[in-house]
Amino acid sequence: MSSPRIPGMATRVREIAGAGKIADVVAPLVAVLAAFLVGGLVVAAIGENPLTFYLTLFRGAFANADSIGLVLFNATPLIFAGLAVAFAFRAGLFNIGGEGQLYIGSFVCTWVALQMPGAPRVLLIPVLILASAAGGGLWAAIPGYLKARFGVHEVINTIMMNFIAVGLTSYLVVAVFKEAGQMTPQTATIPIAGELPRLAYFFQSLGVPLPAANPLNASFLIALAAVWLAWFILRRTTLGYEIRAVGHNASAAEYAGINVRRTLILAMLLSGAFAGLVATNEVMGFRHRFLDNFSSGIGFMGIAVALLGRNSPLGVLFAALLFGVLNTGALEVDLFTNVPRELILVVQAVTIILVVVGNEIVQRRRGRGATLAHRSEAAPIDQDGSAEVS
Amino acid sequence: MKKLTLFAFLLVLLSLVVTGCRQSTPSQDTGAFKVGMVFDVGGKGDKSFNDSAYRGLLRIADDFEIEHTEFEPGQDADRETGLRKLAQAGFDVIIGVGFLFSDSMRSVAVDYPDARFACVDFDARPNEQLPDNLAGLIFREEEGSFLVGVIAGLKSATGRLGFIGGMDVPLIHRFEAGYIAGARYANPAVSVTVGYAGSTPQAFADPAKGKELALLQYGRGVDVIYHASGNTGIGVIEAARETGNLAIGVDSNQNYMAPGYVLTSMVKRVDNAVYAVILSALENRFEGGVQELGLAEDGVGYAVDDYNSELMTEAMIETVETVRAKIIAGEIDVPRD
Repeated sequence: MSSPRIPGMATRVREIAGAGKIADVVAPLVAVLAAFLVGGLVVAAIGENPLTFYLTLFRGAFANADSIGLVLFNATPLIFAGLAVAFAFRAGLFNIGGEGQLYIGSFVCTWVALQMPGAPRVLLIPVLILASAAGGGLWAAIPGYLKARFGVHEVINTIMMNFIAVGLTSYLVVAVFKEAGQMTPQTATIPIAGELPRLAYFFQSLGVPLPAANPLNASFLIALAAVWLAWFILRRTTLGYEIRAVGHNASAAEYAGINVRRTLILAMLLSGAFAGLVATNEVMGFRHRFLDNFSSGIGFMGIAVALLGRNSPLGVLFAALLFGVLNTGALEVDLFTNVPRELILVVQAVTIILVVVGNEIVQRRRGRGATLAHRSEAAPIDQDGSAEVS
Repeated sequence: MKKLTLFAFLLVLLSLVVTGCRQSTPSQDTGAFKVGMVFDVGGKGDKSFNDSAYRGLLRIADDFEIEHTEFEPGQDADRETGLRKLAQAGFDVIIGVGFLFSDSMRSVAVDYPDARFACVDFDARPNEQLPDNLAGLIFREEEGSFLVGVIAGLKSATGRLGFIGGMDVPLIHRFEAGYIAGARYANPAVSVTVGYAGSTPQAFADPAKGKELALLQYGRGVDVIYHASGNTGIGVIEAARETGNLAIGVDSNQNYMAPGYVLTSMVKRVDNAVYAVILSALENRFEGGVQELGLAEDGVGYAVDDYNSELMTEAMIETVETVRAKIIAGEIDVPRD
């Protein structure tokens, strides 16, 4: 849907897009506030005090360094999962297989680690990061290939690949790799050389009182790097340009000489690699082993994170942080108020829906010019396009 | 838009005024004895394992001045975080219900030596030394299962028994082994069909799967099924009622769930164990370490009440009581796997 080229349009659109940047920040904020208002009503409806509810929620998320560390820790896997969905989305692919990809990535990471008991840290850590990405990436490349080669819709295949991944890793953990004599369905621990350091000591040396037990670890830094990497690939490389072109209009991209099949497969591969990196947090940073069923839906939350973040890497980062706040606060609410756990889920879901809807309303109210700006921003072949291909 | 926001804001303000006076948060520093309970997969309301633990907590809260809170972790990492937060909030006793808490308990107990921790169904490592403030509660389920196996063996008309486990793990194998041994003890000719709902924690929370497995076994001539599958077992009992066969409940007394169709229940007195461990902390005589609870300690047993009295004959009960005495005396060797 390339907009017709009208002389002078490019400059005008760019101006509006510049103005739109403020709205891009303000709109989600307004939406979050509105969501909290509605959430408060829900809490009040069951006779609990909304003020207590939110105070507890935010105390859980922001009371001290420990809480903030937990927010970042909880956000870390969601950043990876969100990037996976957002990245594929840019190629016009709906990757809802993040859950399966992160299981496979985590399992491969654990397995490789268990095969290299004597390896030094400098070797093991990069190898494990690559193994995580490769596991998730190759798992995602299968539906990518099926899409590119046979035109089979990636949604059905990524869902099926989820079932296969969960079932397969469960089987492998329980039947083959379970620690002898133990009931817990988990593998043995990976070598210490493969563990990512927790950030507590680093922050303590800076004078931030993050307790040693806080699970925040170097995987969070990898997540930040991944945000930058996703942005860099999409915006600064030929492949990224091709991915956005294919996502925008595959036929036109093909006509322009882009190898659409190759691009689709690569997009899925990279998307899955981001999902696989969840292993750096779960396996290398936190549990140091593969625990069956550890994820409880991180891959699916990634879809919400990506949509909330408008499929931009930076947006994913902020969306994941919001989810991190909600998840961390929810635990506090669950522990220390009478608001039932189910209601916390309701408030969380209402918040997300309102943020997404509110965002959309604000975007639309910016009028026709703004709509164009929004489109041109999302469109890969836009007025700035030529400058971006290098 | 502005009007709408204002309206919403006023509504919330109004609701604050209406509910504002109500204090809902348990205050954090009343000096009262505080107990926190963290539940397993399936969670509160499973009418089985978790509920049994919860009953123990409610009972002691009735008998003594105790403040208590309980929660069910939403995500895996919340298990440890939740335990930590309870410890930080000054809870005196923190109880993890289910073996999945074993690892988290080990690390949190070391960090908070002033709090007392107890883990039900603790996943002990061989010759493990636990910290002084951590009690690992282990039940000899095979002994109770042996007894209900005897009952099933005596009761079955077809000589075909069934067993449905939740998650396929050594813990549940103990139930299976005891049950089969007990059934053979009562009637050497019985055959036992064994099924498991799955290999993940979800297998304890899948009544549909439980029903499906049970219908399959009843369809093949099985007339008594013993389930050791938590919430999944609700489906097994449902299947017994539908087909007119018998089921045996587990963990809690489940006889009431389908009167006339639940032969008996292998009760695992998680409630007693929870009560006892909290009481020991209240009376300052809490002891860390692995504690095994079997028939002799009244940690396991079988249930007879109004709901199943017509199914259990005097002769059956007499036989079972003899067997029970023999197990306690060590005259019968009950296999664990």
